Amino acid sequence: MQNATLKQLAEALASKAASSEELAQDYLTRINALNPDLNAFITIDADKSLNEARAADARRAQGQAGLLTGVPLAHKDIFVAEGWRSTCGSKILSNFVSPYDATVVARCKTAGLVNLGKLNCDEFAMGSSNENSAYGVVKNPWDRLAVPGGSSGGSAAAVAARMVPAATGTDTGGSIRQPASFCGITGIKPTYGIVSRYGMVAYASSFDQGGPMAQTAEDCALLLNVMAGFDELDSTSLERAPEDYTRELDTPLAGLRIGLPKEYFAEGLDGEVAAAVLAAVEEYKKLGATVVDVSLPRTRMAIPTYYILAPAEASSNLSRFDGVRYGHRAAEYTDLNDMYEKSRSEGFGEEVKRRILTGAYVLSHGYYDAYYLKAQKVRRLIAEDFQRAFEVCDVIMGPAAPTAAFDLGSRASDPLQMYLEDVYTLSPNLAGLPAMSVPAGFTRTGRPIGLQVVGNYFSEAKMLGLAHQYQQVTNWHQQAPVL
Amino acid sequence: MQWEVVIGLEVHVQLNTKSKIFSGSSTAFGAAPNAQANAFDIALPGVLPVLNREAVEKAIRFGLAIGAKVNRTSIFARKNYFYPDLPKGYQISQFELPIVEGGTLAIQVGDQEKVVELTRAHLEEDAGKSLHEDFHGMSGIDLNRAGTPLLEIVSEPVMRSSAEASAYGKALHSLVTWLDMCDGNMQEGSFRMDANVSVRPKGETKLGTRCEVKNVNSFKFLEKAIDFEVRRQIELIEDGGKVVQETRLYDPDRDETRSMRSKEDAHDYRYFPDPDLLPLQVSEAWIERVQAGLPELPQALKTRFMADYALPLADASQLSGNKAVASFFETAVKTLGGEGKLVANWVLGEVMAQLNREEKSIDASPVTPQQLAGLLKRISDNTISSKIAKDVFAAMWAGEGEADAIIDAKGLKQITDTGAIEAVIEDVLANNAAMVAEYKAGKEKAFNALVGQCMKASKGKANPAQVNALLKQKLDA
Repeated sequence: MQNATLKQLAEALASKAASSEELAQDYLTRINALNPDLNAFITIDADKSLNEARAADARRAQGQAGLLTGVPLAHKDIFVAEGWRSTCGSKILSNFVSPYDATVVARCKTAGLVNLGKLNCDEFAMGSSNENSAYGVVKNPWDRLAVPGGSSGGSAAAVAARMVPAATGTDTGGSIRQPASFCGITGIKPTYGIVSRYGMVAYASSFDQGGPMAQTAEDCALLLNVMAGFDELDSTSLERAPEDYTRELDTPLAGLRIGLPKEYFAEGLDGEVAAAVLAAVEEYKKLGATVVDVSLPRTRMAIPTYYILAPAEASSNLSRFDGVRYGHRAAEYTDLNDMYEKSRSEGFGEEVKRRILTGAYVLSHGYYDAYYLKAQKVRRLIAEDFQRAFEVCDVIMGPAAPTAAFDLGSRASDPLQMYLEDVYTLSPNLAGLPAMSVPAGFTRTGRPIGLQVVGNYFSEAKMLGLAHQYQQVTNWHQQAPVL
Repeated sequence: MQWEVVIGLEVHVQLNTKSKIFSGSSTAFGAAPNAQANAFDIALPGVLPVLNREAVEKAIRFGLAIGAKVNRTSIFARKNYFYPDLPKGYQISQFELPIVEGGTLAIQVGDQEKVVELTRAHLEEDAGKSLHEDFHGMSGIDLNRAGTPLLEIVSEPVMRSSAEASAYGKALHSLVTWLDMCDGNMQEGSFRMDANVSVRPKGETKLGTRCEVKNVNSFKFLEKAIDFEVRRQIELIEDGGKVVQETRLYDPDRDETRSMRSKEDAHDYRYFPDPDLLPLQVSEAWIERVQAGLPELPQALKTRFMADYALPLADASQLSGNKAVASFFETAVKTLGGEGKLVANWVLGEVMAQLNREEKSIDASPVTPQQLAGLLKRISDNTISSKIAKDVFAAMWAGEGEADAIIDAKGLKQITDTGAIEAVIEDVLANNAAMVAEYKAGKEKAFNALVGQCMKASKGKANPAQVNALLKQKLDA
């Protein structure tokens, strides 16, 4: 059962081979055994989880179970959940218990999925290594010396370590794909506006997008069916007819045109990663795909563009954490400004402060036009690059990250070096495009490598289908770390 | 030196929507602190704004009513600053692209009409309230008001006196209540005015340095605050000083303005488009629908009252200042079948005086417009005199019934029979020989005294015009 997929667990529940309570108990046992070492979870509450599991069993007994009723998962701590401590990986929310459910959490609940806890992440989803969490680093289950990636590092590590069969993640500049790649699992960031952001604590509102992280593309499709859908509580949610994201899982790949952007295979890309990605592309050729060279000429501009716009939004989004109504408040202060300064200085970590300051700076009077406005223009140009590429190809492939997982602490002191980690993942967020990471091999030292797939708007079903087809002929996604 | 005063007004109009501009909480006034603040209003982690259509519709209605451009696309922006009664740490407002641009409003100062140009009107959310009393060294925060929809209406700096500013304020107040977009309650803060005031030598075209005067919550205080501020600025300049751009608070108790903050400590609000809200799109169809539902506006009504009922500007303007008053007037005129000026005199005179005395609105008038018309009919057909009519009106107000019934019951019908009036005159002349002698000696005043005696003798019922004519005849015979 340990390596079971969502689909297999759903079948086991349907055939009564297992009860939801048994599954929850088994996973909680494994979580309790592994978490002290891996630190993938921030909050575990066995009573709450088991109650949800028993409710799911009762529902099944009444004949009202859906496909995933009783299947366990866990939520990135960026999603608030009613009655659960919801910290966003930050000290400033260390005492915050949410009185309401994020839409994603509510939709999972409605489907009968059982919440096994809240997963560690970089503070407010800012980071590429999960080293920015106020609740300690997460270790990569494949190699305890390596980072799991970030910001959804807890989600990726938990799925890789089989502490949960699947998890929710959020992706603002690669936060689902890069940790999925580092931990050897599958994860997809959908088109902006597909998954509601209500209750998904905002880092950079115009980039943030929730998505599923699991062992297989098929599981991602099943979980995305639950997570996605129009939500009137989120004004940026897209009002579209509901989709079945599993509908193209069995679509043959003959005639699929894969675009390889030359900028994604340029200087800075690790040789082993390049080789694994190109080998995956060869696999696709065997499945009937053709390959075309494309160009995304503004790829290099993605990093400065993103690191102007995302901090700008973050600087404003994080203003509500002021110690007035909830969250951390300094013990002693002399006046109102002193309370703000001390509470926020104590409550936020270094990287969050760095981005708030950067963001406030680029929005300041006299700098707005030169930074924020210019970056918005470049953002449009980057989106246009993709549309030009999609005139000659159906999907774009490349590496999810320039290297496999790096060592804990190796880049923590150099934020610029850390930002370079996001070079391949940022552009889809700038353009609002769907993108995913699919396990595609390992380095000689046994660290996973991910293949990034970028599709055009609303092509999630096609992307999940072509990833599924690849997973029928490869077994990278079935590898599990020995723990 | 001759000085010219330059005033522009910024008015925050609270829109009378049922729920807040970005959340479903009620906007009703007076609830227990924080009873009307939901997850969004207190800015819990993860919550998002959803725009209230009704607030947008009211802004469109205003834009159309003042002949402004209603932007088909407008943008919500965040105005960033920290304050405990601003839960998100930013106010959602409109900055670069407001929903309404331009437009004009006609105002009346004395018997002069003037057209005031408007700059813009934009939608935004109100902040909560900080309560600094009653908390023993701490501050209380009430977020009930946080998120209440506001339309901030900004005029061009085209007013030249406190009287004009106040007239503009009143015209705007009248319009927004007329359009049913604001309850107009100034005590509860539904209509809040800030005045930008500057002075310059007459003939100068460049604007002087302005001060923004806040906390004027009545038209009277607006005039007083501006008058004080104008005097202060002129004295300052004449004494060789310079006006510093700043925000000043009006203190009605001391009738003065005091510096609140200068431009130097003004915030950098770091405005940027709110990424949680898409640009606001207003379709042609929506605008047409709002246009079709617009009531007849005060300005149009005023013009029509002058044309249809031959009213002077002052009367027409007063009657069209309030929708209920206008409707009362017009119902009475229509029931009476004309005599607009007579009806106007009564509505603006007796009716308003009684209402003011009893602090009632016209909707609560115990005399209906139909009943008023019944009374005025008896004046115009000479059944009663205007003087007697006032007594009848008082009786009607007290609930004694219709005019005709009261006239009958009290025997107030006017005496128009020549013979009967002549008999009264004979009596008066016989009993007032001294006055007659005075009149004959050339004292015109004595004539009026004799008329008074005749009216008194008839208990006011004799037709005054007939008394006049017949008395003259008799005396000059």
